[in-house]
Amino acid sequence: MKASNGLWKDLLDGQISAQHAEEIDTFETEIELRQQDKVDEKVFAETRLRRGTYGQRYDNGQRHDGSQSQTLAFADKQTKGPHTAWDAPGMQRIKIPYGGVNARQLDVMAELAEEYSDGIVHITTRQDFQLHFIHIEDTPSLMRRLAAVGITTREACGNSVRNICGCPFAGVCPDEAFDVTPYADALTQFLLGHPDAQNFGRKFKPSFSGCAQHACGLAAMHDMGLIAETREIDGQLQRGFRLVVGGGLGAVPRQAKLFDEFLPPEELLPIAQAIARVFGRHGEKKMRSRARMKFLIEKWGMEKFTAEVREERAGLKEDPRWTEYLPGVDQDCESAKRPPGELPEDTTGDQRYAHWLKTNLREQRQPGYVTVTVALPLGDLTADQTRSLADIVREFTNDTVRTTVEQNFVIRWVSKADVPALYAALDKVGLSEPGASNILDIVTCPGTDTCKLGISSSRGLAGELRTRLAEKSFQMDQAIQDLHIKVSGCFNSCGQHHVADIGFYGVSRTFQGYKVPHFQVVLGGQWEENGGSYGLPIVAIPSKRVPDALDRITGMYLTKRDKDERFVSFVKRIGKGAIREALDDLTSDAPTPEQDPNFYSDWADPRQYSLGDIGKGECAGEVVSQYEFEMAGAERMVFGAQLQLEGGNPDQAGKDAYDAMLRAAKALVLMQYDDVTSDPEEIVEEFKERYYDTEIFFDPFAGPKFADYFFATHEQAGTPFTADSAHHTIEEAQLFIEAVHSCYNKLRSEPATT
Amino acid sequence: MELQHVNVKIFVDGDLSIDPAQFINVFHSWTAEQSCEELLIDVADYRHVPAGPGVVLVGLQADYAMDDAEHRWGLLYNRKAAAEGSNADRLIQAFRAAAKACERLEAELPGLTFSRQEFQIFVNDRALAPNRPETLAACQTDLTTFLESLLGHGEATITAESDPRRRFGVLVHTQRPFDLAALAGAAT
Ligand code: SF4
Repeated sequence: MKASNGLWKDLLDGQISAQHAEEIDTFETEIELRQQDKVDEKVFAETRLRRGTYGQRYDNGQRHDGSQSQTLAFADKQTKGPHTAWDAPGMQRIKIPYGGVNARQLDVMAELAEEYSDGIVHITTRQDFQLHFIHIEDTPSLMRRLAAVGITTREACGNSVRNICGCPFAGVCPDEAFDVTPYADALTQFLLGHPDAQNFGRKFKPSFSGCAQHACGLAAMHDMGLIAETREIDGQLQRGFRLVVGGGLGAVPRQAKLFDEFLPPEELLPIAQAIARVFGRHGEKKMRSRARMKFLIEKWGMEKFTAEVREERAGLKEDPRWTEYLPGVDQDCESAKRPPGELPEDTTGDQRYAHWLKTNLREQRQPGYVTVTVALPLGDLTADQTRSLADIVREFTNDTVRTTVEQNFVIRWVSKADVPALYAALDKVGLSEPGASNILDIVTCPGTDTCKLGISSSRGLAGELRTRLAEKSFQMDQAIQDLHIKVSGCFNSCGQHHVADIGFYGVSRTFQGYKVPHFQVVLGGQWEENGGSYGLPIVAIPSKRVPDALDRITGMYLTKRDKDERFVSFVKRIGKGAIREALDDLTSDAPTPEQDPNFYSDWADPRQYSLGDIGKGECAGEVVSQYEFEMAGAERMVFGAQLQLEGGNPDQAGKDAYDAMLRAAKALVLMQYDDVTSDPEEIVEEFKERYYDTEIFFDPFAGPKFADYFFATHEQAGTPFTADSAHHTIEEAQLFIEAVHSCYNKLRSEPATT
Repeated sequence: MELQHVNVKIFVDGDLSIDPAQFINVFHSWTAEQSCEELLIDVADYRHVPAGPGVVLVGLQADYAMDDAEHRWGLLYNRKAAAEGSNADRLIQAFRAAAKACERLEAELPGLTFSRQEFQIFVNDRALAPNRPETLAACQTDLTTFLESLLGHGEATITAESDPRRRFGVLVHTQRPFDLAALAGAAT
């Protein structure tokens, strides 16, 4: 904890708005009250989450060191939340609406990273900043320093309206309908702390896109996605938004559904308010796993949801804020610092520079200007780089820089004449990485590095893939260079693996009685068109073999693609079965731990992967092999379900996914009761009694979620599947199977009881 | 002026001649053994960031890092918890903890050698020690006391960090090599 914590309030006196100052004072008091045990730990946990102050891996005081679980000797104080030690370092999320920052704010971010964190500023897939290893008692000072430059962390986490995403190219993009920035800004201000947005069962994520075809705002995967459009009405060009609702990634992704084809700007704020009220009132509150808006829409259907929101809107009391910003939307809030220019001819012969010009520059709609993407490895930059970036932004622009959903920065309004000098300035501080938005620019969530839910090392894998790809990136075929890779440390999808050309998410498997980190390979997703379709997992590959898997997939694409065929179309044409076949041998023939201990640890982490968690099993041999046999069958069936879906047979696909769940459940039941038949009713009953009612199957974080998927699917058995519902059932079956694996591992690690 | 959160970076002698990935393994083993005075929590790998924190061993009261800031590898001790004593005591505590870590790294990673003449001290707190000439003037005596008590002599060149936006700190270059082993030993 910082010795200077008592000083910042006075040092920044007069520099923080009264409202921010009061909010931070209140939070500081809440910290004190929790220390005195005058606030319940659960209430305090939600309070700090709504201030962006999050937990981090090992904050329960347990850490596996490769051979045993170690207790970290945090002082015996109050907790910060259930199972969360007070002194354990945590993560601070800092909301950056639509990614808009300025140089002064970057300077402060650099200072905070140095003084409170580990010297690294991290950009998330929702355009936020994140700092890690922060002490709870330092957070009020940190927040004051942010507030002094106009940044709030309010509602950065928790069951609230999260950061409002927006195209980083808004206002300068040649393809946009109009600049969404002022609308995103207005919605941010309006919903922040709004009383109608305080009673959600889960988070609520809005996003703005300037066009339908690109992915800069990823509107289709948001609770409320707004895509700018113009229409000629009565001879006049009018602005509006195509409003889609109920999208989301997470364990079970959903594409947002159309709510309004052309929402007029004056209806933007009231409709958002009405949606918030309906979601707050009717959204699930008890079962966290069904509490996102997508589940309410699924339960009600779009017709009912739309009608409820319209009715709510009609009853809202008029609020002047709904429209008072509108007269100002066309006043250009950004301008160029330097006159427009021409890009000087590149005579340097520098291949890296040429590559950077090709991948990191984008024409603005304003002639003579470009945007420059600063590509960050794994979304990270140092405090020194952050300060240098601030200087560069000041030198070449009028403070026009934004963060992106690909964990990069975009510098806007760069005169073409300045491009060589700007490149030189970036290069001097290690920020001239080429390959923005291509295969090198791998997006990843924090994974096992810092996230409590991480299963495999997403950052470790992304770092390894980057290193390998960078060696050959200049030589790669353009088709390969254009691919997007995204990695998540678990099924929760914070790395957005569903909308990548090639996605990965972390799972674990057991070989020879030892756990091995794996990644599911996810294919069929689409990055363009605002994340236009979601991929499905085809096979789990041991972590250390994922680079080989990537080589094979890209090799197949290169040799077997039709001319100009996009990757997503290639996967569809050639079929996931063929790709899986090409990867099959990577899933077997595991070396023994003696032959290759490396295989049993994760990337950039020498600890044996959860070895001590499982140990040698106590179960009888035949039961184990029967389990493995049944599980292999379940995995085959869920993959078969995908092939049925691909082949246009959604009903069969859904049935196969349900059968896969039954088979996986049976595998577990067999461990305790080997007379179980294949009768679905009996399997469900036995599973419920043995694993659900006893809570043995419950996930430490997700609780009964995965079992609930199984029961819900069983309830619906006999109802015909649509393409949509089959897709969801396949996702749920895959997650249920992963949960069966986890439960099995857990059981095998526990000593037999008498 | 109270100097807290003292950081000491002892530079690697010459260029780094070993693969920085090895620091990950060493720091994980230190964590498993809990073999430093501070509670050790985890290892953070930032090798992908140029001129960055390199590999950080995150602790509760302090972090240890094999740090590559400004493209100069070195062992960085970052004191996070407030420490007892006078300013000179706190400077000595941080230096000794850094020296001890250097000693251990040299022993565990053959080929790695730290400088015996050059190190950096800075205060990781802008409220306590803003980077301006007055701060240097105010803590000149503490620095001299520290160098004398540590090195047995005050023969060192001190260069202050000139960028006011960076943290207050000095680069120390001693006339004669100091005895890292003896200084590290004194830490126990
Ligand atoms: S995807 Fe999983 S591992 Fe990654 S940040 Fe989200 S919850 Fe954590």
